[in-house]
Amino acid sequence: MNVLPYAIAVWLFLAGLYGVATSRNLIHLIVCLSVAQSSTYILLIAIGYRQGAGAPIFMYVPIGTPAVDPVVQALALTDVVVSAAMTALLLAVAVRIYKQTGTLDPQKLRPLRS
Amino acid sequence: MTVIQVVVFVLVAVCGTAVVLMREPYRQTFLLSLYGLLLSMLFVILAAPDVALSVIVVGAALPLMILTALRIVGKHST
Amino acid sequence: MTVRSRQIMALGSAAALGLLLVWGVMRLPDFGAYPESYGDMLNAAAVAERHVTNIPSAVNFDYRAFDTLGEEFMLFVAVAGLAVLFREQRGQSDRKNLSVVQVSEAVRWMGSGLIGFTVLFGMMIVLHGSLTPGGGFQGGLILAMAVLLIYLIRGDEAFERVSRRAFVEALEASGAGAYILIGLAMLAAGGMFLENLLPIGRLREVYSGGTIFLINLATGVEVSAAFVLLFAEFLEESRKPSSER
Repeated sequence: MNVLPYAIAVWLFLAGLYGVATSRNLIHLIVCLSVAQSSTYILLIAIGYRQGAGAPIFMYVPIGTPAVDPVVQALALTDVVVSAAMTALLLAVAVRIYKQTGTLDPQKLRPLRS
Repeated sequence: MTVIQVVVFVLVAVCGTAVVLMREPYRQTFLLSLYGLLLSMLFVILAAPDVALSVIVVGAALPLMILTALRIVGKHST
Repeated sequence: MTVRSRQIMALGSAAALGLLLVWGVMRLPDFGAYPESYGDMLNAAAVAERHVTNIPSAVNFDYRAFDTLGEEFMLFVAVAGLAVLFREQRGQSDRKNLSVVQVSEAVRWMGSGLIGFTVLFGMMIVLHGSLTPGGGFQGGLILAMAVLLIYLIRGDEAFERVSRRAFVEALEASGAGAYILIGLAMLAAGGMFLENLLPIGRLREVYSGGTIFLINLATGVEVSAAFVLLFAEFLEESRKPSSER
């Protein structure tokens, strides 16, 4: 049972990639990409978790209480922000593609010509 | 691992898969919001309240942007 | 290349990637049995060194402050890129099709009541970033949500009035600029870029952590303005008549 969290992270990453590869709608594709990215948060937090330890916040508990790793949590925080910014930008790109070509289906899009 | 951890992990996996498999963008947006909620529950259980808070606010903000984008592309969204 | 061959290629590479990921994950420490690490040293040291109690915040805004600077500017650049994408096709002063939406009394009253609470909650999360869970990013997004509540209860026109583009843009830029200025001030004071040289305050009080507190505020301002701008651009784009393309 101890590999379940890692298995779920791998599973979600691959499921997200599957969605990206088979998607027929750019907005659906972007959401699938954000699912794939969310698997990295799960992986990071699962690595730093320690059974029975508290959160790395010492506001209401004495200093020295066993706590989980704060570094991976900080990494995951950065990850969340980057994911949100990237999703917003990709959505704008999808909207622009729709306005210029009239379709959101990636298979109907022709390669760019200048 | 405690029982509640296993349950929430499995719920996250199921909901994430459902988000990918749902092809209808409007419904997918609501599933994504639910997925954000489940992720934040998971991170609270895994003693990461900072990450839980940011996942939950992103889970509230992103679906709004996706819905607006879907409104722009209109009925062609499916 | 046909769709079929592309799908086969995607399947093959996904299988290979999956195997690689499984192989990588197998060497990780067991779940819940994380070994002694750098993080434990930080947990022990950060409280004494910086007088903050929220260690991830200390890591983000002090020990890894330079990385977070990059993250902030990624958000900044994303907003700028989105504005470029959307504004290219429309004039700067395109404010047509403003609508006053009809919402039910229940939404209006609930929303009006929630605005005050949301603003207060967002400010609390930002200000207590160095003490309790939360910080500039989370609180900033909650503040942006308060502005969005105005759109929900009063519609486009009120939202445009609250989120005057020049003002929000200036706010966003000053938040991002303040982050760099804090870093440069530390440089001028004889330290390293973004080194924490300010008095660290008293443990478990709102002002604690020196630059952590200030960078938190700057991030809060930047993130809230950035997300208001993102929403404003999307909403403005959605108001354009769709026959334009």
